[in-house]
Amino acid sequence: MIFLTKIRRTISMAIRNLWLHKLRSFLSVLGIIIGTAAVISLMAFGEGSMQDALEDIKKQGLTNVIVTSVKPPEEATSQRRSFVANYGLTDDDHRRFVETLKNLVTATLPMRVFPAELRPVTDSRLYNGRVVGTTPRHAIVYKLENMIAAGRFLTEQDEEPIPRNVCVIGSELAAELFPGEDPINKTIRISGKDRAFVVVGVLKDRMPNTSGAEIEKYNGDMYIPLKACRSLLGEISFIRATGARGAEKVQLSQVVLTVDDSGDTDAVRDRVRGVADIVRAQLSATHPKKDWDIRIPLDRLEEAERTRDRYRILLAFIAGISLLVGGIGIMNIMLATVTERTREIGIRRALGAKRSDITLQFLLEAVVQTTLGGVIGVLVGLSMVFLVPYVASQFNYRVPAAIHNWSIILAFSVAVAVGVLFGWYPARRAACLDPIEALRHE
Amino acid sequence: MRVIARVENLTKHYFLEGEVVKALRGVTLSFEEGDFVALMGPSGSGKSTLLNLLGCLDRPTSGRYFLGNQDVSTMSDDQLSEIRCRYIGFIFQSYNLIQQYTVVENIEVPLLYQGRVDASTRRRCIRLAEMVGLGERLNHRPTQLSGGQQQRVAIARALVNDPHVILADEPTGNLDSKTSDEIMELLCTLNEAGKTIIMVTHENDIAAWAKRVVRMRDGKVESDVRTAPLGISGSSLASVTP
Ligand SMILES: Nc1ncnc2c1ncn2[C@@H]1O[C@H](COP(=O)(O)OP(=O)(O)OP(=O)(O)O)[C@@H](O)[C@H]1O
Ligand SMILES: [Mg+2]
Repeated sequence: MIFLTKIRRTISMAIRNLWLHKLRSFLSVLGIIIGTAAVISLMAFGEGSMQDALEDIKKQGLTNVIVTSVKPPEEATSQRRSFVANYGLTDDDHRRFVETLKNLVTATLPMRVFPAELRPVTDSRLYNGRVVGTTPRHAIVYKLENMIAAGRFLTEQDEEPIPRNVCVIGSELAAELFPGEDPINKTIRISGKDRAFVVVGVLKDRMPNTSGAEIEKYNGDMYIPLKACRSLLGEISFIRATGARGAEKVQLSQVVLTVDDSGDTDAVRDRVRGVADIVRAQLSATHPKKDWDIRIPLDRLEEAERTRDRYRILLAFIAGISLLVGGIGIMNIMLATVTERTREIGIRRALGAKRSDITLQFLLEAVVQTTLGGVIGVLVGLSMVFLVPYVASQFNYRVPAAIHNWSIILAFSVAVAVGVLFGWYPARRAACLDPIEALRHE
Repeated sequence: MRVIARVENLTKHYFLEGEVVKALRGVTLSFEEGDFVALMGPSGSGKSTLLNLLGCLDRPTSGRYFLGNQDVSTMSDDQLSEIRCRYIGFIFQSYNLIQQYTVVENIEVPLLYQGRVDASTRRRCIRLAEMVGLGERLNHRPTQLSGGQQQRVAIARALVNDPHVILADEPTGNLDSKTSDEIMELLCTLNEAGKTIIMVTHENDIAAWAKRVVRMRDGKVESDVRTAPLGISGSSLASVTP
């Protein structure tokens, strides 16, 4: 009780003393303010972009192995010649995956993707989107269960026994082709083809995937049954728009393999790698050209996590330095204060203050300063975290930011700790002054 | 009369770069409860040194010091602080008030370190301020007060913990003679109310207020005489008890 009263008294005294020297106190904690604000905002921006990256990766499914068709390099250089570039994953590859991996994989999703001009049958609006031929499993592999804005996703009945000409469309495509209307049961035509697809579902807004070589803007996608796609296109994937006379023949653009996720994380990790190894071996054996590629989101996740850890260490280092500088500022001013108030210390000692009382007084004065500095720094940091993305968005930049509660707590408690650490020596020095000498001090 | 403080063969040596300064060379004195002692002597004779030892601000090189019935000459720093806090009141030549505090807050400081500050002690501080004639200036700061007024605050502060003994080192050293007399009247009143006062002074007419004059020379007691004190001429303060 007595101790608490003492603390309360001492704190209010400390605040009064600081108020007496407003400018000086402010300048001495400026280092702490800047340090704390920098930690808060750098942490928020760093974590924000890291989270974005991690989300991206997680969206691809951490238990997925993504096999894609890639145009082999020699084909790319001989663009001028008029021939059909034949490359990539085949239905045979897909069949083999299903057979050899049936104990390791819970789903395989073959897909066929090509860019297309899409327009409603009724008017002349036009949208450059993608057609994705896929199966109902797409919804499971891409976790779309909560992403349906209207209608439904593709079902088995859309494929068997005869493929139906239905489609599910992304939010942007829906908004562009049918502004202000309900897209369900409207019909979309693919430029250059004579078939129309009836919209049975619309998806919600989805974040683009930026992890691959090119950005996938899912919101412009049109999903149709894979079989319908095949009967629509045959095996010619698309006529190349720029290269004038070339065409490409790709049976499957992508096969996603979802690995069995039972067991602990290490087991799942090993299984994902095992599946990737098998796929790699199989494709190397059957494809003379390297016209395929394997992406393992899990690998990218681990890499991203390592990057994040490195960033955190760097940040901790910066934080350490700036708070060290702040702490030295505090120590400097506290030493000056002790000298300046030597006589006061003598008086207090003569009137019965113990060494510990004097220590407490000056220590608390330092801690009150750094704590206030910490509070101001947190506020400045937080307002940067809100302001910078706002200003950036005015210039069409996206600055992702994520505030962690613990970053605030951390920055704040480090500020307090700096007060204790750097206030200790000056406070001890004050306490160890000889009372008589101190009383004689001018 | 009960002996309230007693020093036996007290010495104090200062060590300065190999040289020894013998500030006190064996002082034996005892002080009775309710006494009013003037310590006199030439500059450098060891008056302040003795007073600081009596005030437990320092420890003697050798010899014993009993305050009440405790031997304080061997106490630790913390214990000495405790003793100062509870049993000793200080009055200094240069007032030594805490500049950023108001009158009441200054008076309160010793209680702060006893860990008892509350509404009732605040009232006590206000009463003391009124007693020394500063009832109107409770919230003034030292810089807004005259020297005499500051010394009154210091006196009130020296009384707040109801000490065994009040130690004053040239309490009127910075004051003009009229103000000095006022301060001495105040001290005299306190003494009549039972307070033990030990006061260092250079001036004979200040020493004349005391009941006993101890003269020092070269760190030793030269003479120790009882005198008839001046007394207060019809003071209005006589009835005040802190
Ligand atoms: N801290 C110290 N270090 C070294 N010598 C000291 C110290 N304090 C006092 N002395 C010496 O001790 C002697 C006695 O000093 P003291 O202050 O007690 O004298 P005083 O009687 O109070 O003199 P004055 O009347 O001038 O105040 C002096 O010679 C002084 O130089
Ligand atoms: Mg002296």
